[in-house]
Amino acid sequence: MTTPTVAAQDAITMLGRELKHTIRYPLLLVGAILVPIVFLLLFVYILGGSIGGGLGASARGAPYVDFLVPGILMMTVAAGTGSTAITVCTDMTEGIIDRFRTMPVARGAVLAGHVGGSVLRTFVTTIVLTGVALLVGFRPQASVAGWFAVAGIVAAFSFALAWLSTALGLVARTIAGANGATLPIQFLLPFLSSAFVPAESMPAGVRWFTAHQPFTIVVQSLRALLTGAPVGNTAYQALAWCAAIALAGYLWARFAFRRGTR
Amino acid sequence: MNAPTKNATRTAVSANGLRKVYGDKLVLDGVDLSIGEGEVLALLGPNGAGKTTTVKILSTLIPADAGTASVMGHDVHREPGAVRVQIGVTGQFSAVDNLLTGEENLLLMGRLLHLPPAERRSRAAGLLERFDLLDAAKQLPATYSGGMMRRLDIAMTLMGRPRLIFLDEPTTGLDPRSRHIMWQLIRDLVAEGTSILLTTQYLQEADQLADRITVLDRGRVVADGTPDELKRRIPGAHIRLRFAGVASLDEAARALPEGARDDGELVLRVPNEGGIRSLRDVLARLGDGIAVEDLSIHTPDLDDVFFALTGHPSKEQTP
Repeated sequence: MTTPTVAAQDAITMLGRELKHTIRYPLLLVGAILVPIVFLLLFVYILGGSIGGGLGASARGAPYVDFLVPGILMMTVAAGTGSTAITVCTDMTEGIIDRFRTMPVARGAVLAGHVGGSVLRTFVTTIVLTGVALLVGFRPQASVAGWFAVAGIVAAFSFALAWLSTALGLVARTIAGANGATLPIQFLLPFLSSAFVPAESMPAGVRWFTAHQPFTIVVQSLRALLTGAPVGNTAYQALAWCAAIALAGYLWARFAFRRGTR
Repeated sequence: MNAPTKNATRTAVSANGLRKVYGDKLVLDGVDLSIGEGEVLALLGPNGAGKTTTVKILSTLIPADAGTASVMGHDVHREPGAVRVQIGVTGQFSAVDNLLTGEENLLLMGRLLHLPPAERRSRAAGLLERFDLLDAAKQLPATYSGGMMRRLDIAMTLMGRPRLIFLDEPTTGLDPRSRHIMWQLIRDLVAEGTSILLTTQYLQEADQLADRITVLDRGRVVADGTPDELKRRIPGAHIRLRFAGVASLDEAARALPEGARDDGELVLRVPNEGGIRSLRDVLARLGDGIAVEDLSIHTPDLDDVFFALTGHPSKEQTP
């Protein structure tokens, strides 16, 4: 009965539902874009002078804003995890999910709708952020192919974090808990990455972690692509990390959703 | 005693020995029930008796720990997909999307049921009209009253033309007027040939709507039969007359020999099946000579059923 076409139709129906929710209740979307913009302005205009001066060789002579924006871009993707987890958790407390479960609806459609909605929201927030970054003096050197690669990595990263935050939303007992569970993703991991300062400038204890954790790999690949520096294989490493996070998030979310019948 | 009633040719639901344990709490302890096609079964019991758990198992929401159940001829555990196509579920808590308007909620159901766009729209429009929700169609459910919310909920369930509908406490929390509207809706569904499993805490509701009543207590079926069969087993409606002294009680007992007297309380309980008419008859037979201290009319409720069937009151059992 559940052919792939039917499953895809159901997923698209759920995505449509999710997008309507976002339009009806845009506050979460606004929050997910305001936080990265505030960080961008804070670091460019207030903290950036001193940080940028201390960057030395890592900035390769470019202004701090060019070093910073790829990091803020990654942070924008991460900021979307809060709204996704909150949306998923809220949805699970509504009786309508039980209704879906008693209908001949493809099993994964509800989750696919949330993940799709999350990726589309992040698409909007990252475009807005890029616009603001250009306004405050960001001057990317990327080629057309480079821009496509940037879009691909941002999409893959947002897809990966969408599954992860969906799983967090499913296992959270309360909406506050769902938001809390994403705070490390929204803030801790971006700060313990090379988004704001290079890993080499950090204390020895965290330097190794910062240099190797996936958020740093993603930022490095974006930074290389946007500043026209040699990319090497960091782009592939970033995509591999995204695939791994997406798979783990997907399996976790699927498990939590199946078990989650109250 | 558990055999389907004569007029039911096929069974819509048949469950045998359903058991469910949550943690160390036994919620269902071997529940058997059956519903014939086109029949209304009321599952009657207090909070925590296992009504909702039974509905959840039969509607494929949760698996039973033991026992078997089939719905419209399909095993709920092995063929949940085939069951889901034929059922509609209106749970105890509203199952509407609160960020979509009433009309959008119905259209969403239509999409998920893969109805063609034209049919989706015409069916949604028809249901909005039938359930008196046309004026509220473009509004969010937050603006709806409790009764409107339940009606939207049931309208959503009906988008798929289910052959069996589960209604889990459809009138709990509704005002009397909304309750009567809901009862009429349920009768209309029955007239269309839909089978219904209704759970309720109200004996009157089961009596009004059901062909058969299964009484559930602490996860066990304690009685099963038609409303009339069940009512015969419990102390019926009666008029309770209290007197000032034994003398007047004696006189009254002679005038109303069908009454049951309680000398300790100076009370005579007279069966009262015909409402006002039989009340007038009782008063006429008492005449003017016998002084009645106090008169009250007693209709049997769930407490009486429970007390009669289980020997303990139906006070809330923790769910």
